[in-house]
Amino acid sequence: MQQVMFIVISAVTLISGALVVTTRSLFRSALWLVLAFFGIAGLFVLLNAEFLAVAQILIYVGAISILIIFAIMLSRGVMDPETRRFNDQWGVVAGFTAVLLVLLVAILTRVQWPLAAGAVPADAIQRLGADFVGPYVIPFEVASVLLVAAMIGAIIIAREREN
Amino acid sequence: MVPLTWYLIVAAALFCIGTFGALARRNAVGVLMGVELMLNAVNINLVAFWRYINVGQMTGQLFAIFVITVAAAEAAVGLALIIAIYRQRRTVNVEEIDTMKG
Amino acid sequence: MDYVLDFFVNLGRSWTTWLGTFLPEWGVTIINYLVGGIILVLMPVIATLTLTWMERKVIGRIQNRLGPNRVGPWGIFQAIADAVKMLIKEDIIPDAADRPVFNLAPILIAGAAALVWAVMPFGKGVIGVDLNVGVLYLVAVGSITTVSVIMAGWGSNNKFALIGAFRGVAQLLSYEVPMILSIATVVLLAGSMSTMRIVEAQQIPFIFVLPVAFIAYFLASAAEVGRAPFDLLEADSEIVAGYFIEYSGLKFGWFYIAEYGNLFAVSAITATLFLGGWRGPFSHQAPVLGPLYFIIKTVLVVFVMMWIRGTWPRFRIDQMLGFAWKVLVPASLANLLWVAIVLKIALPTIVQWALMLGGNLLILVIAAGMLGRAAKRHAEQRNLAPLSSGAA
Repeated sequence: MQQVMFIVISAVTLISGALVVTTRSLFRSALWLVLAFFGIAGLFVLLNAEFLAVAQILIYVGAISILIIFAIMLSRGVMDPETRRFNDQWGVVAGFTAVLLVLLVAILTRVQWPLAAGAVPADAIQRLGADFVGPYVIPFEVASVLLVAAMIGAIIIAREREN
Repeated sequence: MVPLTWYLIVAAALFCIGTFGALARRNAVGVLMGVELMLNAVNINLVAFWRYINVGQMTGQLFAIFVITVAAAEAAVGLALIIAIYRQRRTVNVEEIDTMKG
Repeated sequence: MDYVLDFFVNLGRSWTTWLGTFLPEWGVTIINYLVGGIILVLMPVIATLTLTWMERKVIGRIQNRLGPNRVGPWGIFQAIADAVKMLIKEDIIPDAADRPVFNLAPILIAGAAALVWAVMPFGKGVIGVDLNVGVLYLVAVGSITTVSVIMAGWGSNNKFALIGAFRGVAQLLSYEVPMILSIATVVLLAGSMSTMRIVEAQQIPFIFVLPVAFIAYFLASAAEVGRAPFDLLEADSEIVAGYFIEYSGLKFGWFYIAEYGNLFAVSAITATLFLGGWRGPFSHQAPVLGPLYFIIKTVLVVFVMMWIRGTWPRFRIDQMLGFAWKVLVPASLANLLWVAIVLKIALPTIVQWALMLGGNLLILVIAAGMLGRAAKRHAEQRNLAPLSSGAA
């Protein structure tokens, strides 16, 4: 049962990912990106990481996708026939990524992963919170500084210049 | 149970799709969407490794949360840059933004 | 008698065992999920039918008129008449609209309104699925609404719809922050994100411990739903129905169902987080009373929202955003900080709660004082009549 769900969810994710990079209309590809994010959240649920799944939807679908859609709408050309999607090197890129994929799959199917079957701890979320303010407090604080810097920077960069 | 390698294959495929998008798209926002796909593929990898190898410690999920945070910050700044460039040059075609080309 | 005392849970168990007599395990699971899903999806529809009638009656009475009273006794079939009217309207699609996007937006928004009901604790053990990240799931589903608002605005290929969608998204995103902060305060107090456990942790309803969080959450969720006084998006005099201007017939019906379903849902969440959910007198001995108390509390919150709609004027968009960022966010942050500090002091629970209540009242007094002074300064700047002239 779990395998069926995995196959369905990863098919949805991969197909919408492929459509993101190939759709002509940019707005539609943003919508496919939203679907891909949902698929990834589904994969997180299958991996018993529910908090991460909900955080993924909250942040990616609820904020980043909207940001992307706003940027698409604010940067559309006045006369906007759907221009060509790919630049001149797309053939080389396609070949390169295909080789990369084959290489990656070949490597990771041959490695002996040190699998350790275990149950997810019952207080996983409490542990996550404790880790944030315990062993990993420095990356946590640095991340908050980064977010403030990004926010201020984005506001300043995208501000209308009053000339 | 789904074997670990299946998750890793899905993540690798998504990463390659994202790479293709980031390298082959003309529109700057399209490139950014490819980059987001790559970051998400990395997240899948992290969480899969957490689940199958070291469930006792939450390091995998923690790392994934940091990746999401940094991706959000980078998307914000990147899109602000794209909007500013569009205002200046009226284009977001990555091939036409080439004043630094030698 | 014991069967009736815990009626819903026992009914579920009897149903499952009866199904198990002639179906394999996976069949029983699938049928249970289907039945549960259908019941939960019906919630926004039931909410729409009853709440539209209630709203028109309540607003009518506030405005000193009767409200609908022709279609059935006290007009209770008015909603059905409206539904029939909506169904037989012509379905117009603008010519240059982006068809799949245009058609998908109402489905998504109604779907989001239905998904919320999966984690509502109706009673002890009567819940769709007890996620251990329940309240975070509620907020995440709310963000699906945001995406579908943009889809509706874009798909209509209409400048008014697009502007309305932009404003709507600005409003939704701004008010998510105080909403999440006040939910975080309640989660801190209850010690868990699961809705079931939040209700079980409320020895006294949290509204008496955290009034600031209650007010912040109430106002923020009113803005999330788009109710007055934050209904700038759909006010006919402002932006001609905003982002669903091009929708007619059943598609508009889905938006309508989503709005009232969301209204019922946020009232239910308020009742769960702050009013004690299904707790009430005798709810421990007779758990069957749980859903009744839950519905009563939810309807009470809905009534207060309708009361506010009938009495307060509408916010302008910049006033609305300023209110979110300059008033609600600092107040919620201060509240969160105070609750976190108090919880670290090792005192008996009652003393902790009293301290939190004191801190909350202090925040309220400070906020009211600052708002009052800002209002007076604003009035003096624009040479409006000073407030005390009426008393002289």
